[in-house]
Amino acid sequence: MRYLWLVPFGMVLGVLGATGASRQQGGSIAGTVKFTGAPPANPKLDMSEEAACKGKYSTDPVVVVSNGALQNVLIYVKGGLPAGQKYSPPATPAVVDQEGCLYHPRTVAVMVGQPLEIRNSDPVLHNIKVVPKKNRGFNISQPTKGMKTTRTFTVEEITIPVQCNVHGWMHANLAVFAHPFFAVSGADGTFSIKGLPPGKYEIEAWHEKLGTQTLTVTVPAGGSATANFTFSAKAGG
Amino acid sequence: MPWSWLLPPGASTFAGKIDFLYYVILAVTGIAFVVVEAALVVFLVKYRSRPGRAAQYVHGSTKAEIVWTSVTAVTVVVIGLMSGPVWNLVKGRHSVPADAMPLAVTASQFEWHFTYPGPDGRLGTADDFTLRNQLHVVVNRPAVALLRSEDVIHSFFVPAWRLKQDAVPGLGIRVWFQPTQVGSFELGCAELCGLGHYRMRAQVTVHTQEDYDRWMAEQQTQNVAMR
Amino acid sequence: MATTAATFDQVGHASHVDDRSFIRKYIFSTDHKIIGIQFLIMSLLFLALGGALAMMMRWQLGFPGRPLPGGSVLPETMAPGGVLLPEFYNSLVTMHGTFMVFFAIMPLLVGVFGNFLIPLKIGAPDMAFPRLNMASFWVAVSSGIIMLAGFLAEGGHAGAGWTAYAPLSETPEYSGVSLGQQLWCVSLIVLGLSSMLGAVNYIATVINLRAPGMTWFRLPLSIWALFITAILVLLAIPILAGGVIMLLFDQTIGTHFFQPAAGGQVLLWQHLFWFFGHPEVYILILPAMGMVSDIIANGSRKPIFGYHSMVFAIMGIGFLGWIVWGHHMFQSGMNPTLGQTFMISTLLIAVPSAIKTFNWLGTMWRGNLHFHVPMMHSVAFVAMFVIGGLSGVFMATTPVDIYIHDTYFIVAHIHYVLFGGSLFALFGAITYWYPKMFGRMMNPFWGKVHFWLTFVFYNLTFFPMHQLGLHGHMRRLYDPTQYEFLRALQPINRFISISAFLLFASQAIFALNFILSWFRGRKAEANPWRDNTLEWSVPSPPPHGNFAATPTVYRGAYEYSVPGADDDYLPQHRRLPTDPAPAPQPAGH
Repeated sequence: MRYLWLVPFGMVLGVLGATGASRQQGGSIAGTVKFTGAPPANPKLDMSEEAACKGKYSTDPVVVVSNGALQNVLIYVKGGLPAGQKYSPPATPAVVDQEGCLYHPRTVAVMVGQPLEIRNSDPVLHNIKVVPKKNRGFNISQPTKGMKTTRTFTVEEITIPVQCNVHGWMHANLAVFAHPFFAVSGADGTFSIKGLPPGKYEIEAWHEKLGTQTLTVTVPAGGSATANFTFSAKAGG
Repeated sequence: MPWSWLLPPGASTFAGKIDFLYYVILAVTGIAFVVVEAALVVFLVKYRSRPGRAAQYVHGSTKAEIVWTSVTAVTVVVIGLMSGPVWNLVKGRHSVPADAMPLAVTASQFEWHFTYPGPDGRLGTADDFTLRNQLHVVVNRPAVALLRSEDVIHSFFVPAWRLKQDAVPGLGIRVWFQPTQVGSFELGCAELCGLGHYRMRAQVTVHTQEDYDRWMAEQQTQNVAMR
Repeated sequence: MATTAATFDQVGHASHVDDRSFIRKYIFSTDHKIIGIQFLIMSLLFLALGGALAMMMRWQLGFPGRPLPGGSVLPETMAPGGVLLPEFYNSLVTMHGTFMVFFAIMPLLVGVFGNFLIPLKIGAPDMAFPRLNMASFWVAVSSGIIMLAGFLAEGGHAGAGWTAYAPLSETPEYSGVSLGQQLWCVSLIVLGLSSMLGAVNYIATVINLRAPGMTWFRLPLSIWALFITAILVLLAIPILAGGVIMLLFDQTIGTHFFQPAAGGQVLLWQHLFWFFGHPEVYILILPAMGMVSDIIANGSRKPIFGYHSMVFAIMGIGFLGWIVWGHHMFQSGMNPTLGQTFMISTLLIAVPSAIKTFNWLGTMWRGNLHFHVPMMHSVAFVAMFVIGGLSGVFMATTPVDIYIHDTYFIVAHIHYVLFGGSLFALFGAITYWYPKMFGRMMNPFWGKVHFWLTFVFYNLTFFPMHQLGLHGHMRRLYDPTQYEFLRALQPINRFISISAFLLFASQAIFALNFILSWFRGRKAEANPWRDNTLEWSVPSPPPHGNFAATPTVYRGAYEYSVPGADDDYLPQHRRLPTDPAPAPQPAGH
């Protein structure tokens, strides 16, 4: 809320950005993140002492693979963007829900200035502890079901751990970008990044346990490029 | 019986001794309370100002001073002497029984982690396992917990056992106990440790030896090693 | 030297019309009486604020999770939708303690009555260092503003308890609080400066500015208590300041005094804090005991029983206060052998406490008791202090403390001493010296109504806390119903909360009586309570410089109902034919 006064400036900048740059007509990158081999076993969760969440989940979804597709991979443009270019953040918040004593989604990304909304759908206390290195951290609580808290971040930081101290197993990954060219792979492993100006880009895929992979793709004017990633159990150790 | 000066039932070998001391002090202070407050009320009524009443001009009495000074001093010293051995028994560094079952208790915001020695009965071996917020012990068998904290000060408090010990980051404190009753009890954090202090709670289960062995076997098959 | 200067000052003022400007007279005044009144207004405001914070806590404890009535005005970081957040609850706990201890009770006792009473009762025109005295008040105000500013800090106000146990207090990662705790530290350092300025002044004044004939053993017990208290403040506050500076350095410039991972010691903070903190407990009760002694002797129309014992008991408590700090740390992981030592020294405090209690009873014994409002509060002080003192035996006894440490039993104990003790004494003292401060009497009828309501609701609020503690109810729990064994106690918690609301509401009577009497109260004569001490020999309120001529003292402060005297009191300054002629004043007077 401290930066509320920035909103009008942001809106003006956004309009300028939309007219000046060619984001709307820009190209895109799409692809799928796959996983080969047997996925590593996820740690078992012991929620027996938490009545509200007991039995809802039995494992910690660190590596989520279905039909060979890997979920919760953060894909973003790492290099190749024009230097000095400023982007305005979207007004719609990114949402993290706490349900069954787990974070949904597990990996979430926002732009600098974009609101991050944290919700509690459990009838139990969660605290949200965010300890970044570059941004300002916080450690707040949501004691009751239905609570919402919104926060924003000021500088790019990839990635920031999010945790709950009431339930030590609860972990989420937060990334803050200075540009809007990022995505998180869905349950089918797909992702897409839109609005890119034509050019050659370095794309990175990040997974909390399996590590990072980098690709270089060329986006034609108004067209799209493909970037497929494949992780395996060995990749991240 | 919430509105009572009686203590709730105790369930460890410490409870009897601590409760006895408590009742001794309750009796002594209770008598002192009644005597002093009754004297006060009697004086307030008896010596209230009335027409014709005059106060007695007196500056004190050395004899009275000696009496109430020495009676108080003797009473508190006796209470102190009675307490010393009980304190030593609970907290003394040499009073932990040699055959006590070892446990490791690690407190962190806002969870208790109990590490069990596994079937071999020794900590620091491969069959150790850790449970969150669940303490399982055997009735009538002493156990000793090495109490640590990962972040801030917490306090290990089992009201039914009359046992409380702070868990201090940087220190490993050995705390021992011997439950005398089978059943389920609550363990709480007694030292303000942050926003989740109020629900830093664990379930204590006191088993019979057979029960415990069965539980231990189950843990082995489930192998829910958390860390 | 000091005597000479002060006497000169007094003569100067007494012979001139008071021509100081409004600002010099009422804002930046060097007059100890005005400074005392300034402290009074400041600390009563903080008392009200501290009480309001307690009401919010009691709401949450009585009705966990229900929106606080009117709580929706609070920002989202404190109470979204009116429901208090746990971190805000922790700030309430912390700031209730901080305000009550440092900004209400301590300045009320030391700042208000130390200032107002010492020069008047020893026959001095003012403090030894009037400008230092003025500085003391304005430094205290600055400290209060810094402390209040903490509520606006991002991350909330300090939330680690008024005892600020490290490392929770100094690690934002664990508490979510950073700036708030830093402001807390800075404020206490600044407040420490204020207390030190006051303390040196009181000590110098009592030692140097006593009127002729005012020997040490003719001093009223209130002055003895304030004098010993000033020594405790002077010696204890630097310890607190040192500890708090270390805490602040850990937070701001990267030292690791209290951080074990980097070689620091967690328990060091507790040792420093309580080495200050236990003398502080006596700072918060000794002046109350002193003033109660004065009022009880007056109300009983009888000399104080065992004056010398009372003086030695004050000194005894003052001394023992330095060697008992470890009793706050029995369960902290400190070497258990130390526990034995601290248990014995702590139990010994029962001795001077008992001496004082029995002497108050002795004073009333065969007296001629007049129940004016200050006397009612003073009698209540004795009755409540007995409970607070006796409950102290339970936690002094190390094995029992294992069970009741950090439970509501402790909360009950501290409130029986600080509210039942100090605050009742303060209500009595404010009513007693109000005519001397403002020249008007407080309304006795509403004074009595306030007393009875406070007395009843106070006990209904705090007595059941003993029972909560005995059933294992931990302190500082945001929502006790999270524990199964505490759910059965919830009716008590609700009962306590309702009593607390009524207790708080009853204070409105005192506030109104205080404010309205200032303008509309009956004009007070010089000596409305027919007391012996020197402040009652001058008009109400006394002029700048206090005494037209330096009084001479012929006897102790408690000569009531002297056989053969024409009245039931015999002021300290009245010369009887049997009294020796006043000693000739040394040259220069």
